[in-house]
Amino acid sequence: MSGGLYSMESRDFDKTLDLTNIRPYGDTMNDGKIQLSFTLPVPAGDEAIEAAKLLIKQMGLENPQVVFYKELTPGFTFFNCYGSCTHSVDYTVIHVPKVESTTWDMEETDTFIKENIGRQIRVLGASTGTDAHTVGIDAIMNMKGYAGHYGLERYEMIEALNMGSQVPNEEFIAKAIEFKADVLLVSQTVTQKDVHIKNLVELVELLEAEGLRDKVILACGGPRLSHELAKELGYDAGFGMNTYANDVASFIAQEMNRRING
Amino acid sequence: MQTSKLGIDFKKVEYAKGLARNIADEVQLFVDKYTTVAVERTICRLLGIDGVDADGVPLPNIVVDSLKEKSLLGEGVIFFIGNAVIERNLTPQQIAEEVSAGKLDLSSMSSHSSDEALKALKPWIEASVNRIKERRQRRDNYLATIGEGPKPYIYVIVATGNIYEDVIQAQAAARQGADIIAVIRTTGQSLLDYVPFGATTEGFGGTYATQENFRIMRSALDEVGEEIGRYIRLCNYCSGLCMPEIAVMGALEGLDVMLNDALYGILFRDINMQRTLVDQYFSRIINGFAGVIINTGEDNYLTTADAFEEAHTVLASDLINEQLALLAGLPEEQMGLGHAFEMNPELENGFLYELAQAQMTREIFPKAPLKYMPPTKFMTGNIFRGHIQDALFNSIAIWTGQGIQLLGMLTEAIHTPFMSDRYLSIENAKYIFSNMKNIGDEVEFKENGIIKNRAKFVIDKATDLLELMEKEGLFTALEKGIFGDVKRPKNGGKGLDGVAPKGNNYCNPFVELMKGRN
Ligand code: B12
Repeated sequence: MSGGLYSMESRDFDKTLDLTNIRPYGDTMNDGKIQLSFTLPVPAGDEAIEAAKLLIKQMGLENPQVVFYKELTPGFTFFNCYGSCTHSVDYTVIHVPKVESTTWDMEETDTFIKENIGRQIRVLGASTGTDAHTVGIDAIMNMKGYAGHYGLERYEMIEALNMGSQVPNEEFIAKAIEFKADVLLVSQTVTQKDVHIKNLVELVELLEAEGLRDKVILACGGPRLSHELAKELGYDAGFGMNTYANDVASFIAQEMNRRING
Repeated sequence: MQTSKLGIDFKKVEYAKGLARNIADEVQLFVDKYTTVAVERTICRLLGIDGVDADGVPLPNIVVDSLKEKSLLGEGVIFFIGNAVIERNLTPQQIAEEVSAGKLDLSSMSSHSSDEALKALKPWIEASVNRIKERRQRRDNYLATIGEGPKPYIYVIVATGNIYEDVIQAQAAARQGADIIAVIRTTGQSLLDYVPFGATTEGFGGTYATQENFRIMRSALDEVGEEIGRYIRLCNYCSGLCMPEIAVMGALEGLDVMLNDALYGILFRDINMQRTLVDQYFSRIINGFAGVIINTGEDNYLTTADAFEEAHTVLASDLINEQLALLAGLPEEQMGLGHAFEMNPELENGFLYELAQAQMTREIFPKAPLKYMPPTKFMTGNIFRGHIQDALFNSIAIWTGQGIQLLGMLTEAIHTPFMSDRYLSIENAKYIFSNMKNIGDEVEFKENGIIKNRAKFVIDKATDLLELMEKEGLFTALEKGIFGDVKRPKNGGKGLDGVAPKGNNYCNPFVELMKGRN
């Protein structure tokens, strides 16, 4: 095998780490190795393999290797492939928007709220639209919390109300008014065909129409959400996988403080 | 006497089944007194009423709503439609069209007795009963000629949202070795109080269950089944607000497996418990008659509650579901009771506990084609580990002789399956099912070891729970959040306004014609 996966030939690329020019790492710095798998809607055969390789090259990978293929059903072929990435990125100039708050534990947050807000913060949460997934919002809000982090209901200085799943945006807003919510938390899990985007945007529009958008802290969360996306959609913050109640509580407390006390 | 690899005390199991029976009997006392909009729409469909009006509203809804508006739901559609057939000399379908056109007020059709009404409807009643019988024979015929795959049946889902795309995926899966194709329903369908009409190409996370979609998929599976020489079963969901209606559509179109569990709808879709238990009874009668295997949703309790701590709730619920199914005349051979491999992978010896529970469930329901659910909650973006989790799950299935193996997908945490995901999962299962085929016959469990003790512990805890529930009743237990840590009020949730006590003229001939007749 020449130039293959287990190539013994000397590698004539610079093997020193340069953070302004990083590439994937297989077993040697800057070897650029990438593993990928995909299906093409063509029958298995030499042409299919060639098509896969051409595609990989167009992705910017050189030395494409098809290491496994299988026709899944007539006219559809699955590939496992490797290649070496020719592109690099400058790691030193990357800026990712993040929720800008320090994460505290429950007691710290409670104390902070007592001292700076002087009253309970009212938090309303729900899994909205047609979404029936509640484990995420429950993890954040319910008393017992998740993975050893108590939920918002447990906080002395937070009055939390979890409306559960499949709550229409209109109902959510009506409850927010009745409950005099300071903070609205929305959970979205189903992302197929971007249902979550439509639903999240609709909530912002409805809040704006009611003149409520600026009166509340609005945050969303879910496994496929990020702070960046949330900001784009008009939310104050977004939380993805591995967030816990104390992340959210710290954010809420600090944001409330910023809004009230400047 | 049944022998147990786990040293299970079957007298204790009998006792637990007795408790479950009492709980189910109490539910049945309630169920017998009521009908619902969904039950009446189902009867409409069994009388041959189908189609939609200009706004896409199904005719069964129009007919039933016209009675409900006049607070006549409890008298039932048989009485009024039978009367109208006598008076107008039209078919039930034509009557529905007249009602829809505003030319006929069904509530004014009441001069004949319910016996006479029933008699007038006999031709349509018999026609649909016969059509379901024929469908059943058709399946039996396929099973006798081209045959089926060995158990555990390999069950995979398709969920593209577009029925024609689903067909491509389903046929591919069948060729790769799938035995059951489940067409997952679109997000939100369970809360629709009607069944959409026609072929559909738009859905989120699933495809609409419609009679036409059933027909399209059934014929695609017949086609591929003949090609590969193996009957491919089709599964859908008769749960949610249209339980019995979807059951009847499935029965008419030759579906083979149906998710069919009121408890799932109550806990995970917030459907009102009174409504859905009444609906479930009729849907199970239909499923029993049509030879459809039902699947229950206990596995889902473990997505909201801890699988190690709450294992006994799954068993308790399976026992209750078994009794509710028996009361609807559904034979044990059609009870795909649900359980799952859902413990946290970090748990030391988790595999042993899972093995104990799977073997225990097998022995407690020896005739049931148990539906075994793969890890879902602890599947993550680490698809490589996920594939191993699924392999452990497959090992237990072949070891303990599960009936229906709902294959786990390595990408469970990310998206509904790609064609290649399904291929990898089927390959995983087939490899393990062959490589470990007789392990269950060879390996015995240690006396007083982790496995035997776990089984005993779970049975004892389930029995305690059933004792408590027998005192309080199922409704109260659900209000207290016994299953899945989810609390549901008896008068809360969706669909309660579609329930009515049966009136003096009430009649549903299909219960008599179908219940226990298989
Ligand atoms: C459990 C589960 C269910 C259960 C839900 C029970 C319940 N009451 O929640 C049931 C069985 C009901 C279910 C149903 C469906 N499901 Co589901 N389900 C899952 C599963 C297995 C686990 C999700 C989960 O509980 N994760 C654990 C929690 C703790 O994690 P989390 O939600 O990410 O939450 C954390 C963070 O995201 C964050 N967070 C979440 N929300 C919020 C909110 C705020 C404000 C903040 C700050 C943070 C935050 O904090 C949490 C803690 O760290 C996933 C697969 C998987 N392994 O991920 C599929 C999955 C999510 N389901 C899926 C689908 C498609 C469905 C259905 C639509 C299927 C169908 N057609 O019927 C239905 C949904 C119907 C509906 N109307 O929504 C898909 C979604 C695909 C997609 N990306 O769109 C998945 C990925 C499975 C798959 N591969 O198909 N499901």
